[in-house]
Amino acid sequence: MASIHVENVGKIYSGGVRAVSDINLSIADGEFIVLVGPSGCGKSTLLRMVAGLETISEGTVSIDGGVVNDKEPADRDIAMVFQNYALYPHMTVRQNLEYGLKNRGTPRPEIDARVAEAARMLEIAQYLDRKPRALSGGQRQRVAMGRAIVRKPAAFLFDEPLSNLDAKLRVSMRGEIKRLQRRLGTTSIYVTHDQLEAMTLADRLVVLDGGRIEQIGAPLEVYHEPASTFVASFIGSPAMNLMEGELHGDRLAVGPSILNLAGYAPTSGPVTVGVRAEDLRLATSAQESFLLRVEYVEELGSQRLVHGMVGDQPLTVALPLEEALQEEMKLTVEPRRLHFFSRETGKRLTMPGSEPVRSRQVMGAVA
Amino acid sequence: MQTKRTIFSNKRLPYLLLAPQLVITLVFFIWPALQAVKSSFEREDPFGFKTTFIWFENYTRILQDAAYLNSLGNTAVFAVSVTVLSMGLSLLLAVCVNRVMRPGRIYTTLLVWPYAVAPVVVGILWWFMFNPSIGFIPYILRGFGISWNHRIDGNQAMLLIILAASWKQISYNFLFFLAGLQSVPNSLTEAAAIDGAGPFKRFWTIVFPLLSPTTFFLLIININYAMFDTFGIIDATTSGGPAQATNTLVYKVYADGFVGLNLGSSSAQSVILMLIVIVLTVVQFRYVERRVQY
Repeated sequence: MASIHVENVGKIYSGGVRAVSDINLSIADGEFIVLVGPSGCGKSTLLRMVAGLETISEGTVSIDGGVVNDKEPADRDIAMVFQNYALYPHMTVRQNLEYGLKNRGTPRPEIDARVAEAARMLEIAQYLDRKPRALSGGQRQRVAMGRAIVRKPAAFLFDEPLSNLDAKLRVSMRGEIKRLQRRLGTTSIYVTHDQLEAMTLADRLVVLDGGRIEQIGAPLEVYHEPASTFVASFIGSPAMNLMEGELHGDRLAVGPSILNLAGYAPTSGPVTVGVRAEDLRLATSAQESFLLRVEYVEELGSQRLVHGMVGDQPLTVALPLEEALQEEMKLTVEPRRLHFFSRETGKRLTMPGSEPVRSRQVMGAVA
Repeated sequence: MQTKRTIFSNKRLPYLLLAPQLVITLVFFIWPALQAVKSSFEREDPFGFKTTFIWFENYTRILQDAAYLNSLGNTAVFAVSVTVLSMGLSLLLAVCVNRVMRPGRIYTTLLVWPYAVAPVVVGILWWFMFNPSIGFIPYILRGFGISWNHRIDGNQAMLLIILAASWKQISYNFLFFLAGLQSVPNSLTEAAAIDGAGPFKRFWTIVFPLLSPTTFFLLIININYAMFDTFGIIDATTSGGPAQATNTLVYKVYADGFVGLNLGSSSAQSVILMLIVIVLTVVQFRYVERRVQY
């Protein structure tokens, strides 16, 4: 068990392609960190640099206080779970689990004890003498985790471990990974492109885009106070509605619609306005509102998603089933539920002197 | 492997479709083989006037013939050496190329060239290089105090044909090994690296076992190559000499049959050679292949 510190880390591939730049991240002992972002955002590269499978071009990575930049993966005291499981196909499950321990010269009784313990924990004891190809995807996934667990490493590194599983199994394995990590208390870094997986697993989320950190924070902080339009559109399903608007004093104009913000306007001039689908509700006729021209409806069972246009900008709203659908709907939102982003930088705009933004604090603490 | 079953309504059509392949196999493989079996029981005078049926006399005679037993030994030494040398070297080269893929392309192309060279040309090439009078290798060796003359020294002659035959086969083995290596997922070696295995151990405990189907396939191909396909190389370099030192089974079949015109004995030898290869292949498939599956 250990803390991990990533300082000013960057990765430049031969040929000058920059994959990752200027990453600062402090991971406390026992913390579950999820790196999330679209493909090509550098999340896997960052993980592989921590693992020692990629060289570190800039900055330092330290595990448990010691800089590990020049250490071999084997000497970093980490275990990794790969996307394709990377089980050794010619070995039985037992041999797969033992391999790392044998290489480190662990005494035989100790090996047997650890393998038995891991097998019991992951409920794979009855498959120990099978070869990986005789196992289902979920079972292989367990074996891959078992191989990480038996080593009792300082940190677990997960590289999209669930993306080869079907949707149902993914949900149950997600729960198991979380439970296991709680139980073992091992520091973990988990890479995924699935924002739902990221939200449900993480103690803290690290949202990456274009090789840079966009935001670090607890899942709910990131959800409720996205630091940029990128985070706002990436985290949450359906994605946050982002519309171009204009602030005039206390009033917000989006297309033909105008809302009164009752003192919640952080600035004036053109802004990007963000609003979550579930924060919108039907307006009474007297209220100031967005006028939504409905285009199509997605029925989700518990609620319905109504897609349409406000002026010439798309908007999605989640409505309870009781509400009657109409061709045109008037929608309103509590001003404090609105998010404002700079048009130029895409960064979040906060009220001067307003309540402190928690996610910002977390970022400050890390940097 | 996936196979698609086709149901023919006409009973004759499938046979008709198979016919070209069957005819080729029968005319060019089965018929000559049967002819060889037939003439292995016969004795013919050198001018082909008279043929006598003599049962197994050809067989008993060659099995008591010291020259034949000598060529059997030569073949064993030759086949094992060529297989080990060419497979070992090509695996080494494939591992090197597998590490650096981009410049590897040119390297791969260069390594494949020897395969396109005709066996006799290969033989002549090595004959020139090792020629005791005009070759540059004996000249260099002389500088180290080694006297090279494969026309006199049987062991040197054997070494020469082993080198020549291996050199030609390396390209072929290399291509298969490289393809095999590339099909081993990177993540396996990475996982092994994290599991604390050094590069050498990673290769022997992870990569090499996963290559075993390729290795097994090449083993059979190489043994068959060394036993059958090396006639041209031997003929061009040593012609079985000196004093029968490089006379292998397949070369002796040629020498006795076409040069010595002892067709009966030559046929009997080729039948035995055929049996040896059948037995070897069956044994390999029976006992080795079972162990290379994973």
